[in-house]
Amino acid sequence: MVFANSDRSRSGPHVVPTVQHSVKILVVGAFGVGKTTLINSVSEITPLRTEETMTTASIGVDSLDGREEKSTTTVAMDFGRITVNPEVALYLFGTPGQRRFWDLWEGLAEGALGALVMIDTRRLEDSFEVFDQLELRTSMPFVVAVNNFDGAPRYETEQLRQALDLLPEVPIVNFDARDKDDSAQALISLVEHALQFSSDEALA
Amino acid sequence: MGGPEEYADHPVRSYVMTDGRAHPSRNTIRPETLLVADPDKPVPLSASHRQRALLDVCGGVLSLAEAAAYLRLPVSLVVVLASDLVDSEHLSIRCGAPRHDLPERHVIEKVLNGLREL
Repeated sequence: MVFANSDRSRSGPHVVPTVQHSVKILVVGAFGVGKTTLINSVSEITPLRTEETMTTASIGVDSLDGREEKSTTTVAMDFGRITVNPEVALYLFGTPGQRRFWDLWEGLAEGALGALVMIDTRRLEDSFEVFDQLELRTSMPFVVAVNNFDGAPRYETEQLRQALDLLPEVPIVNFDARDKDDSAQALISLVEHALQFSSDEALA
Repeated sequence: MGGPEEYADHPVRSYVMTDGRAHPSRNTIRPETLLVADPDKPVPLSASHRQRALLDVCGGVLSLAEAAAYLRLPVSLVVVLASDLVDSEHLSIRCGAPRHDLPERHVIEKVLNGLREL
């Protein structure tokens, strides 16, 4: 039986039958920034993992035997679910920041409510590519969520905005991904921003 | 083409990626798309073991990503399996994917209210 090894202590594996809509939020950030920690804090199911195989031709490597060199990488995506309403299931997909990873999962970037971009202040540079991709290649609303790691430097919001070169309207929140209420609050900031975004779009 | 070290299901990916899709329904299946098997429709004799496993796991409502995770198969492969089963009406999509970039406003509002009650 397929569910034999799954953890059913939090909620049954199936979505309640009254649910009519599913919505997704992308939790985006570098490896080790706490994406799965956040998902685990708020998800009603134990976070699940799905993997895709990426084949990439090696660049800058001379082939000695005339064969094209290829390397295969397995990329994992962890995700969780919150039934926010008898009719609506919210999915949280944790994905590395680079766009080539999103494209691995068919339809992942399309139709998302928005993206929560997680930041570790000790490794700000890891997030630069994420913002480039979000701003240049999607029209998705996003919020920056600074995961307050113990011992990580704390910056004023405006200092961070300058360092990350973010527009004034992009919300920046501080939170602890291990804490359920904190994580929920970070998601609420994103959804509020998305609502604002959708009314601006309607007026445009 | 792929040597033995490559993942056995990989060739399917190229098919998914083709723009000349044989079935328009494929465009509507995303990782969060909710699927449910039709309990009254017998499993076709021609169904592969993976299709049977997918119908089994979708005995209740489940997103495509969840089904893929439980079956330990890549999402890209399960999209193809699910599309065929949707076409043959063994599997149905709960509320087809909206055409807009953003979810509808009334749905976003429900998400907001739900998160506030967590």
